[in-house]
Amino acid sequence: MAIESAMEPLVIAGRQFPSRLLLGTGKFPSNERMRETIEASGTGLVTVALKRASLSGKDPYADILEFIDPAKVLVLPNTAGAMNAEEAIRIARLAVAAGLPSWVKLEIHPDPNYLLPDPIETLKAAEVLVKEGFTVLPYINADPVLALRLQDVGCATVMPLGSPIGSNRGIENRAQIAIIIEQARVPVVVDAGIGMPSHAAAAIEMGADAVLVNTAIAVAGDPVRMARAFALAVEAAEMARGSGQPAPVSWKASPTSPLTAFAN
Amino acid sequence: MSYSEIVSKVPVDALLEITRRASPESVKAVLSRGKASGLEDFARLISPAADSSLEWQASLAQGLTTKHFGKVIRLFAPLYLSNECINTCKYCGFSMRNRIPRVTIPVTQVVEETRKLARQGFRSLLLVAGEHPRHVSNGYVEECIRACLDLMPSIALEVGPMETEGYVPLVQAGCEGLIVYQETYNRECYRTLHTAGPKKNYDWRLDTPERAYDAGFRRIGIGALMGLHDWRYEALMLAAHAQYLTRHCWKAQLSVSFPRMRPASGGYEVNSSHVIRDREMVRLVTALRLLLPHASFVLSTRESPDFRDGMMRLGITQMSAGSSTEPGGYSSFDETAWKASESAGGEQFVIADDRSPAEVASMIRKSGYDPVWKDFDQSLVA
Repeated sequence: MAIESAMEPLVIAGRQFPSRLLLGTGKFPSNERMRETIEASGTGLVTVALKRASLSGKDPYADILEFIDPAKVLVLPNTAGAMNAEEAIRIARLAVAAGLPSWVKLEIHPDPNYLLPDPIETLKAAEVLVKEGFTVLPYINADPVLALRLQDVGCATVMPLGSPIGSNRGIENRAQIAIIIEQARVPVVVDAGIGMPSHAAAAIEMGADAVLVNTAIAVAGDPVRMARAFALAVEAAEMARGSGQPAPVSWKASPTSPLTAFAN
Repeated sequence: MSYSEIVSKVPVDALLEITRRASPESVKAVLSRGKASGLEDFARLISPAADSSLEWQASLAQGLTTKHFGKVIRLFAPLYLSNECINTCKYCGFSMRNRIPRVTIPVTQVVEETRKLARQGFRSLLLVAGEHPRHVSNGYVEECIRACLDLMPSIALEVGPMETEGYVPLVQAGCEGLIVYQETYNRECYRTLHTAGPKKNYDWRLDTPERAYDAGFRRIGIGALMGLHDWRYEALMLAAHAQYLTRHCWKAQLSVSFPRMRPASGGYEVNSSHVIRDREMVRLVTALRLLLPHASFVLSTRESPDFRDGMMRLGITQMSAGSSTEPGGYSSFDETAWKASESAGGEQFVIADDRSPAEVASMIRKSGYDPVWKDFDQSLVA
């Protein structure tokens, strides 16, 4: 359709992606369902926890990567399980040694319950990994200063959370994320907390470059259909963004005598 | 400060009173909020009054578990290293006074058995042993860990409690989890059941999870052996302990177990008033989920296939499968049928679900869940 030409593609670190919907691969009822879901979502990037994969050759009991076609989507290894910079750096290096792309979703969460990212360790690890040539996509709290610091060290995106991971609460850090978007020199991916297609659409409408969704799709009764719903919501929001600014929302009436008429 | 210093402040009598007096309306008020906000709410959810709304409670527990853990069950295998023990625990098959064949298997056999378990699919191992400083020395345990890591990226321990300094080399060797059950949280009952050996010391055992955390373990497991004392008492104290550890050991993934007594050598007879029935177990597990949304819950082969298949959907996140509870037990397992061809009679207790790992994995899949064998990588730590 003609409207597609109005949409700008998502580009991260020089690589173009077909959709602004990115997917996580945890929590699915089976790898087969995950594969179908990835396909239905139209995504070009999926993130995989390295701790679940086998980094030392094929393993039929740790074969999540076998269900993802690297010709169709970029596999973005993530460092989930790392509690500090040292652990994240080590597992990222091993992933590359095992033949995975040198892209890494940097996530460091010392608290295993809410999985909130450690800003100090994340910055430390980002510095090292960027210097080593990794394309680093850090998962962070919606902290605008941290986002700037991470851009300064050369991260390819910043990925602020909309609300705590898995919470499905939508974008609760709206003001902070708006500042991150306003100041960003790299794509901003809202990652975590997106529970409904409308949340994803809201993120794109407010100017985020992409959203990363996992729980809301993986644990849905029908993940394939839900992925499609998210894809449509993201596309709709993107289309709206490419269709010119709507009139700003306002409850104020315009004054009948213009305030500035005297200067004409 | 450690937990043993404040455990007496848990208002367990008042909480038991809430459990006795709770009304169905007070239970429904908790359920309508979707979570247990504290021990008082929890006391209501394990009360007899909660029985009439159990289906609702179960569905909330299922929802919370799916949200936090996904449609996933993690599988692990216990491997018994030794049944040598210097403790006298009246209910345990390994109790020093029981006349059973005693054995500590050599490291080479540990590796052989681990290889067998790995061929069944396991990538997560729980090393279990009785408490015996000479036969089950720290050096031996460390050697076992190092020898098995290539086959098992995740190794946890359930051995006699140690000082923090004793745990440090085991963590450095690559071990990531430490399991220690208080058995019974009732001090008086604990005293009468543990008549000899270092395990007599209630407080020392109670503080073990914190010592393990200080040594750097990433996973801490606690539990109460159901059937030794009033189950509601145990449930309340277990919940209080779990809450404490969640706050104080915030970097550790907490797992909680509620093993029910099984027949064992020594012939300990469970007091009928202490028995927790299936429906009460459902109440307990689902209530715990509403209190502790992020904790892992473990269900072992102590439970029957039917019960395990049902509980798997109501809050359980980890299961063992095809287990032998006898040191050297797997050595005699036929690898196809995964059944013991012989037993020396040195097991800790008799299991109730003897399905093979493949059969359990297939049941998990049929229920719409993904059996996850590997969820940790050694490259994170070494």
